[in-house]
Formats: sequence, structure tokens, C-alpha cells
Amino acid sequence: MTAGVRAEGGSMSTLLDAQGLHKAYGPTTALAGADLRVRAGEIVSVMGPSGSGKSTLLHCAAGLTRPDAGHVGYDGQELSMLDDVRRSALRRREFGFVFQFGQLVPELTALQNVALPLRLDGVSRRTAERRATGLMDRLGLADKARSRPGELSGGQQQRVAVARALVTGPRVIFADEPTGALDSVAGEQVMEMLTTAAREAGAAVVLVTHDARVAAYADRGIVVRDGRSSERMGVR
Amino acid sequence: MTIATAFLALLEGQPQHGYDLKRAYDQHFAGDRPLHYGQVYTTLAKLLRHGLVTVDGVGGDSGPDRKRYTITDAGVTDVQRWLDEPEKPDQYLQSDLYAKVIGALLTGRSAAAVLDVQREEHLVAMRELTRRKQAGDLADRIICDHALFHLDADLRWLEHTATLLDDLAVQVRR
Repeated sequence: MTAGVRAEGGSMSTLLDAQGLHKAYGPTTALAGADLRVRAGEIVSVMGPSGSGKSTLLHCAAGLTRPDAGHVGYDGQELSMLDDVRRSALRRREFGFVFQFGQLVPELTALQNVALPLRLDGVSRRTAERRATGLMDRLGLADKARSRPGELSGGQQQRVAVARALVTGPRVIFADEPTGALDSVAGEQVMEMLTTAAREAGAAVVLVTHDARVAAYADRGIVVRDGRSSERMGVR
Repeated sequence: MTIATAFLALLEGQPQHGYDLKRAYDQHFAGDRPLHYGQVYTTLAKLLRHGLVTVDGVGGDSGPDRKRYTITDAGVTDVQRWLDEPEKPDQYLQSDLYAKVIGALLTGRSAAAVLDVQREEHLVAMRELTRRKQAGDLADRIICDHALFHLDADLRWLEHTATLLDDLAVQVRR
């Protein structure tokens, strides 16, 4: 599979289908019956106030956290039926992740960070770095390949994280407040690059944000409030 | 801002013919409402009458578009006065959104549903503006940003109000 070109764009089939998710942390209810459906190649925003459960919904949908109840179907598979090893392999090959903070390995160069998911999947260094270089060029990071994260601005670090999320050619990118630590201009650049690169690659994006201007880059959105979601499938 | 003021600002940069003024106005100021030629020449006639522009050259052909217009000192003063005067911030105290929330509470209907419907409408508008912004040049981006920031402010108000509905219902029905 070529990095970033496993195109499913245009297909309207449901790729990820999370239904009736419940999750509690001790006495605190994070999800109380939340749904999330994502079609291949579409960008879906998940909005909601702080503490509403939107990040927990993303974590459950991505197989990072096991829900207490409900199910998550991905491309015909039920994630809860997979053991940890298979779930982890599916995450590595099918999903990409962009978080708000601290996702890059500080000791590695930007290029090595982008290539890392491929190296963890057994791809040779030469091939991994060739794919990583191609993505970094597309994201305007060609001259930052040898820089370490500490030498990059916040916006550049997030663009490196976007490149890393895309390098395996994932079908879904989960982005949790990807611009939360950035100023407005850097945040826009990251969103432009994330959404453009994802559309070109045919990858779907689940975009968790509290910022409506960020959510406006999506094709449609849902709102999470008190652990429940309002699905709005209509695209207008 | 009036069309006349915009013309003066354009003419301060350089003397121009009516056709060029229309094109520059449509590019910078018109948004989705380009000028009619009739508006161009009535505006220029008014500026001439008030001594804010002069005609500094006429081409060989007859017709209004052969005239080249130049701003006068009085016109430059007008532009400076326009820029010096701050725009009055809208205080948004007669909000239709607020009125609908109160209307819902007074009639025992769901104000939360009113806010939900409005939130979706705002988000649809913001997605359209974002697509337009992504396809546009820097000037398009900035004008779309202006609209997006205002819609974002409305949404913040919607979220804030949603958290206060129970208390507001008690006050409204008292």
C-alpha cells in the first residue's frame, strides 16, 4: 500500500460505526449513550463543552479505550471482539492520530518522527523515510526534516504530527483538539493541511474540538453534551 | 461606508477612469453585490459637484468612460475624516436569537431546541464560509474571517445561554 493513497473518497458507506457507548471513570460518567458514524472519506467534527465526553468518544471509537457498554464497528469488524494485539495492529495500520500536545518523540528528528509508525510496522528505514519525506514536502516541511521537535514552532510540530498520522495511509485520522495549543493563524494552517491532505488521501477525519471555527472545516458535525451525542447525518 | 467614500479611497492611490473604478470597487468593497454602471457615474457626478474629484483628462472618444478622475485636496480630507472616525460597535441588544429564547420559555416550549436548531444553522453557514475562504485569495480569506468570527461569537453565546436556561426559565415565568 502506498502511503496516503488508499483512496476511499467518494464512497458513502459507513466505515466506523460506534453506537450506544457508555463509559464511566469511577463515579464519573463520561459517556451515557453516545453514537458516532463516519463514512469513508468524510470529515466529521465532534463538538461539545469541556468535560462533555467528546474526547472519551474519540478514544472509544479509535479503540484506545474500551467502553463499558455499546459497540464499535470498523469496516465490518467489532473492535471489542479483537484481542489487544490485533486491536493494536489495526490501530497502527488503519488509523492515524493527532493530539494537542506531546505526541512527538523529542530525541528523534522530524523525519524520524514521521517515519516512526512505518518503522514500528516493520517497514525498512529507507522506504519509511522516503514516504515520510514525500509527505513532509507536501506539508511544507521539507526544510525541517533534520530538526528536532524542540527546534520547531508549535504549528510546525503539529504539521509534523499530521504527516506522521498520514504516513501509513490510514483510512481514519482521529484528531483531538489538534489546534488547541496554537494561535489562530498557525491553527488555520494546520487545519488547511490536515483537511487537504486527508481529502487527497481519501482518509476520513474525526475532529474533536471545542472551537467552531475549527469544526467548520468538517463536512458535518455532531455535538456531545453530558455524554450523549446528537448525530446529524445530513450534509448541507 | 458609502460608494463615494470608497471611490475617493481608490482615487487617492491613482487617477482612474470610471470603468477601472468599478472594477476596483467590485474587487475590494462589493462583496457579492457588484456595482451597476449607473451607480458609478451618478457617484462620480456627485463627487465632481462637491469638488472632491476633478476630471484631469478626456480620451478621443466621446462618452463618460473616457474621462479620467483625480481626487482633490478636499477629497483627501474626506478620506482622512472617514478613517479617523471609529465605527460604532453594534451592541446587539435587540437580538432575534434572544427574543426566540424568551419566546420559547414564555410559551412553555423548549428553548434548548431553539438553540440546537440555531447552532446547526450557524455551523452550516460557517462550513460554507470556510469552503469559500479556502478557495479564495487573502482578501477573500479576511472578509470570510470577519463573518466567521462573528458567527463564532454567536455560537459562544448560544452555548453560554444553554447552560443558563433553567435559571432563565424561572426568572421569565416569575
